[in-house]
Amino acid sequence: MAHGAGGTASRRLIEGLFAPLLYGASSEPLGDAAHLVVNGARIAITTDSFVVKPLRFPGGSIGELAVNGTVNDLAVSGAKAEALVVTFVLEAGLPTEILQAEIQAMGEAAREAGVRIAGGDTKVVEHGKADSMYISTTGIGAPIPGVEISPASVRPGDKILISGPIGDHGITILLARGELDLEADLCSDTRSVLPFVAGMARCAAPSIRWMRDPTRGGVATSLNELARDCGLGVILHEHAVPVRDGVRGACELLGLDPLHIANEGQLLAVVAAEAADRALEALRGVAGGEESRIIGEIREQPAGAVLVTTQYGGTRIVDMLVGDPLPRIC
Amino acid sequence: MKYVDEFREPELIKKTAEEIRRLADPNRHYRLMEVCGGHTHAIYRFGLKDILPANIELIHGPGCPVCVLPMGRIDDGLSIAKNPDVIFAAFGDMMRVPGADGSPLEHKARGMDVRIVYSPSDAIKLAKTNPKKHVMFFAIGFETTAPSTSLTLQRAQRESLRNFSVFCNHVTIIPAIRAILDSPDMRLDGFIGPGHVSTVIGCRPYEWIAQNENKPIVVSGFEPLDMLQSIVMLLRQLRAGEARVENQYTRVVPWEGNGAALRAMVDVFELRPYFEWRGLGFISQSALRLREQYAEWDAERKFDVPGIRVTDPKAAQCGEVLKGVLKPAQCKLFGKECTPEHPIGALMVSSEGSCAAYYNYEHRKAVLASSLSVVA
Repeated sequence: MAHGAGGTASRRLIEGLFAPLLYGASSEPLGDAAHLVVNGARIAITTDSFVVKPLRFPGGSIGELAVNGTVNDLAVSGAKAEALVVTFVLEAGLPTEILQAEIQAMGEAAREAGVRIAGGDTKVVEHGKADSMYISTTGIGAPIPGVEISPASVRPGDKILISGPIGDHGITILLARGELDLEADLCSDTRSVLPFVAGMARCAAPSIRWMRDPTRGGVATSLNELARDCGLGVILHEHAVPVRDGVRGACELLGLDPLHIANEGQLLAVVAAEAADRALEALRGVAGGEESRIIGEIREQPAGAVLVTTQYGGTRIVDMLVGDPLPRIC
Repeated sequence: MKYVDEFREPELIKKTAEEIRRLADPNRHYRLMEVCGGHTHAIYRFGLKDILPANIELIHGPGCPVCVLPMGRIDDGLSIAKNPDVIFAAFGDMMRVPGADGSPLEHKARGMDVRIVYSPSDAIKLAKTNPKKHVMFFAIGFETTAPSTSLTLQRAQRESLRNFSVFCNHVTIIPAIRAILDSPDMRLDGFIGPGHVSTVIGCRPYEWIAQNENKPIVVSGFEPLDMLQSIVMLLRQLRAGEARVENQYTRVVPWEGNGAALRAMVDVFELRPYFEWRGLGFISQSALRLREQYAEWDAERKFDVPGIRVTDPKAAQCGEVLKGVLKPAQCKLFGKECTPEHPIGALMVSSEGSCAAYYNYEHRKAVLASSLSVVA
């Protein structure tokens, strides 16, 4: 199960099994989408599957995630999503209204993100062989002019930006499962991050070095991947990282670290120091990006690791998430 | 956030750290044990070691419930749940703890019905919604969690719930501290006393540590300021040549403990003659089992329990680490064969386990020591 949780085991599965068998000896770092040249035209392509419980939660639903997730994977690779194709895997006996609601949610999310749903496929499996509904989306996108990102371009001194408070989605889902008897006034942050990418690109395109939407495994896992891929140190200032009180409270109670909690609508970016303020202004100028912050910077050391500085002058290493976050009780 | 932020106030923390520096005798090396795994976790998470003077050494204690559980108990519990009519329910803390044939989570992936619950009463809910199944709650923890198991068992009895039982692994903290103090290779100057356990048992049970062993103990909260203040209180006692029990965590811990919780425990549990602890071996009267009148809800009486005994891998030095004799990184397997992803011992699993805390927050920092000067 840990192989699907987005942390170290997922990475090992991809690098150890998929990459060598499918891509041969190519040693390009793993990004969120592949950029290819087809008949002279550059396109970006990516795919993602969505397995969510519960299907609907405050702030969103599986259908909305399935659109935004793929739009976001393209966006953080520096591409604007143009078209999606969708596969549904449905469990026999799923009420039509539930399916209809998700199709509607997909339609709305696609309109908002400005992407066309160009086709799809449906499979129905026996009752008990799937958990009501799985959705898979594949998207193609057009590269945004001037945006050329790669971990190799990251330099000491670069700044790390986030487009808003972290952990909303993961904690919302955890609470929406209803197993905790905890309530908080929280909503998933599911949304397209393309407006953030486009906003930064308008004023600082050549200075954007790296981007991610920190989904499973959270900000900590994305930044650990960056640290590993660029071989530099990632320094995060804990007090600068925006976290809502509801998320902080739930994390305190359950022994979780907000840095490991999933997001579905935040942009995490590394920008050259001289353009950082401009990029921050651009993020803040996008609706929903008012709480954007600079949360850290790149240094030479600790090479390949993420170091968090606490407010009192202490430090700690933050690693990738191992498996799913499990609440601590005893 | 109320009750949290005021105990993380940077200015106060700096001041308290200065006070510690002023009180600590530079010619003396202090060895203070934090008994509770929650404290170990907080020390690493907040980077407290970086702000303490080098001659104050914090030594992690045995207060991590999943760490002290011998592997055989997990296998015993899982062997009952191999019956397809049994649901294995436990706290999230237990889910990644390795048994000889895998953790509860790995058994779940292979088809066992394993559920995470957030309180023992959730296990009762589970039993009611699954009337055709038997729900076995795998109970762990010190006196912190034992009262909620007691209340759950009282309720099961009151409601004559037939498809529910408890596999009891509750342990008590005092015998563990005694075992540490009896250990010949241990030299300690004082204790940072457990906070959550003391909300239940109060501060009196520690008096023998002060009186007979002549060591100060300060019951402490879990926020950075709590812990630093507790160190101040310990240093003051040591400076004055005193050994007393003090309560830093007065906002939560009553001196006399929680009477209602203690009564519920006494109603449901009795002491086992002896119980095996990982690393510490068999300790007499150190664990709880269900009294005769709750036999019907006692998984150990209801089911055949194989009584599996699994010795830890020879090279693993969990016991020494658990007793505070070795630092996590001094174990031969640390960070090599034994990592949070492939834990060999439970100390590498629980976020309260000293090995996991050290690995997650400190280990690579030590490897990359040069980073510190860059950050300062």
